[in-house]
Formats: sequence, C-alpha cells, structure tokens
Amino acid sequence: MNFSWFLPNLGLLLQGLECTILLIAVSGTLGIVLAIGVALGRMSRSRVVSSTFGLYTSVIRGTPLLVQIYILYYGLGSAFAALPWLRWGPLWPYLRNGFWYVALTLVLSNAAYWGELIRSGMRAIPPGELEAASAFGMGRILTLRRIWLPRTLRNLLPALAGETVMLMKATALASTVAVTDLLGAADIVRAQTFHVYEPLLLVAIVYLLLTYGIESVYGRVERGKVLRPGR
Amino acid sequence: MGGILGFGPNGWGPALLSGALVTIEITIGAFICGLVIGTLTAAARLSRVPPLVVLARGYTTICRAIPELLLILVLYYLGSQLLNEALHAIGLGDAPISGFATAIIVLGLVQGAYASEIIRGAILAIPYGQIEAAHAFGHARILLFRRIILPTMLPMAIGGLSNLWMVLIKDSALISVVGYSELLYTAKQAAGYTQRYFLFYVVAAAVYYAMTLVSNIGIRSIEGRFGRWMPVRAR
Repeated sequence: MNFSWFLPNLGLLLQGLECTILLIAVSGTLGIVLAIGVALGRMSRSRVVSSTFGLYTSVIRGTPLLVQIYILYYGLGSAFAALPWLRWGPLWPYLRNGFWYVALTLVLSNAAYWGELIRSGMRAIPPGELEAASAFGMGRILTLRRIWLPRTLRNLLPALAGETVMLMKATALASTVAVTDLLGAADIVRAQTFHVYEPLLLVAIVYLLLTYGIESVYGRVERGKVLRPGR
Repeated sequence: MGGILGFGPNGWGPALLSGALVTIEITIGAFICGLVIGTLTAAARLSRVPPLVVLARGYTTICRAIPELLLILVLYYLGSQLLNEALHAIGLGDAPISGFATAIIVLGLVQGAYASEIIRGAILAIPYGQIEAAHAFGHARILLFRRIILPTMLPMAIGGLSNLWMVLIKDSALISVVGYSELLYTAKQAAGYTQRYFLFYVVAAAVYYAMTLVSNIGIRSIEGRFGRWMPVRAR
C-alpha cells in the first residue's frame, strides 16, 4: 500500500467529494418535490392521470439507472449536438457537462422510487386525522400542507434515510459519463499515478463516512433535534 | 431503421439477443450465488459466535454502504489479480477465470449482503415455539432446517428476495463498465458503431423493462405457491 499520491491529488479528490455532495443535494431536494407530485398523481381520481403516473413509475423502476443515464447523456446529448443553434449557442458549456444529465436522471429516478414510498406513507395516515382537519374547516390543499404531508414525511424518515444512502451510491454512476465525482476523481488519480487500488480503497472509506453522516443527520432529525412539529 | 436492429447482415439483432441472454444468465447465477452467501452470512450472524457475528456484520455494513459500481470495480480487478497470484504461488499458471464467473461472483457478493438481512429477518420472524416443538419431536439441525425453518421463513422472505431479483436485473448492467459483453455493453458497442445512441439505449432499456415485467408475473405465481399454507390475511 502506497499513499504518496494522496497529498498532490488532495484538491482533485476534494473537488470530487464536493461534486458528489452537490449531486446528492440537488437531486435529493428536487427529487422529493417531484416525488410528492408523483404520489399525488398516482392517487388521482382520474384514471388517465393515475395510470400515466403508474406507467412512469413502472418504466423508471423497471430499467437500470445506468441505461437511463446513457439515454439522456449520449442520446439526448448527441441530439443536442446536431442542432447548430444549441451546439454553438451560449448554453453549450452546460449542455456538454455530464453533471446536469446525471442530476436530471437522478431527479427523475428519485421521483419514481420515492413517489411510491410517499404514496404508501400517505395511505398509512389514519383517515380520522384528515377528517378532523376538514372538520376544522381546512380545505384540501391546507389539509395536505398542514396535516397529510408533514405526518407522512415524518413517518417515512427512517425509510428516507435508507433511500438517501441509495441515492449517494447511485451518484457514483456519474463517473461513467466523465463527471469528476468522488469515484471519477479516484479514476483520474488511478490513470495518472498508476496506483490501481489505493485510490479506490480511499474513496470507499469516504463513501462509508458519507453513509454514516447521512444516517446520523436523519437520526438527529428523527429524534426531534432539528425539526420540531407542532410548535 | 429496421435494418440495424434486425437480423440481416448489418443488423445488431443477434448481438443484442445474445447480450440479453448473457444478462439473464448473469442475473440467475448471481442470484443463486447471493442466496448462498446470504444464507451463510445470516447463519453466521445468528450463530452467537462473536468472531463470526462481527465478520458477518462488517460484511453486510460495508457492502450496503459503498456504491455497487465501486465494489464491482475493486472486486473485479482485485479479485482476478489475487486469484491469479494465488494460483501462481501454488505453481499453476494463469487462471482460466472467465469474466462471466467473475461477474457472477462479484454481483453475488454485493447482493449477498442484502439477501442475508432478508433471510435473517425471516428466520427471526419464525415463532420460537415452532422450533421448540420441532425439537420436542426429535428434529435436529438439517431436518429442523428442511422441515420447519425453510418452509416457515420462505413466504416471509419471498417479498424481499423478489425485490432483490429485480435489483439484480438492473445491477447486472453495471458489469458493462468492466467490459464484459452483456446487454448494455453490446448496446454501447452498437451505439458507438452506428452513431445511433438514442435508438440503441432505448432498445436496451425496453429489453430490461420486458425482463422485469416478465419477472413480475413469475414472482406473483411463486409467491402464491410458497405462501399457500399461510392464513389469507397475512398474504
């Protein structure tokens, strides 16, 4: 084991860590917002709406994430490159960057997986609580905002902790489309220094620490140290 | 468009079909491998022998906290190198290890951690009186496992295990990153060769989707079969 490569490449690895955390944050927050929409769509009384969202969930959950990333990055990316006004336009530096394609794929994927979770969580809320809300004169939106969603999300905290760890693990796929996330940074170090395993082992430890960090943050929220309902 | 997807001289049909078959083979192999590893790990965690318990816990924690892609990269390269070195050490040449066997073992190791948690939970959910009753009837070890533990835990484990099967179909696509030619790798080659990226990745996605849909149907009938002794409410 030789770790002499570590200090010269520390900046690159930290940049990779930042990218991984950014991916988790962006796709986690946008993902949960969309997931609430998907859950509501799935529970819609309209057959068309609920089956459309059902199909969306089924397709996203039935295909590998890596394939979804390839479809967006290579498929959509090459379609964009064929359009001259985009290819030579001001947005091209962003459209060329794999980061946004991966973030978009993760958002879409989280919306499907977490949507199912939130739907089952919403159905587990006792109807009496919702009836009580309407007895207090709350409308549907207000009930949703004040009672239904907060109760659901709180009940789902342990499951969401697990899902966030899954999301963290999924961000490693970004390295396959040349995004310098944590694993991507390790790949660059490996290619430049010819140390084949040590960088991988190091980032494995960092991922372990990230998992630990995610679980302890959710643990704090769950024990009521961060969010206090009813005050 | 029908040409490059078809079975003609310029068609990628046969290649994609054989890629899909390899994906199915890898998934089945890795599932069996994962079940064996999972059962052994669950047994180790329930064994009350401290070093075994620590070892099993370490394995499940690490394999569930680190990205599958990273584990596959490390195990795929490191594993084949270690095996070759070991074979050299005992005087044999390079191992005839195929990428296929490595893919199965690597995916099996990753999924074994999840399988062990599912199996352990199902075993813990068996009412202890049933095991005591089996003891009272003189059932020991193997007979106890075969007649009581296995049939009682299966309906409880089947939900989690079928979920794992679905995850495996999708995770098998990660093997394409280390260059073993399963479905996604073939699609990648076809896409690069013909420059029709969108088309080939969508076709690959459709094939994966078909696999999960067919699996869903199969799983439903298996669930009914294993759970046939259970009270209706519990199903």
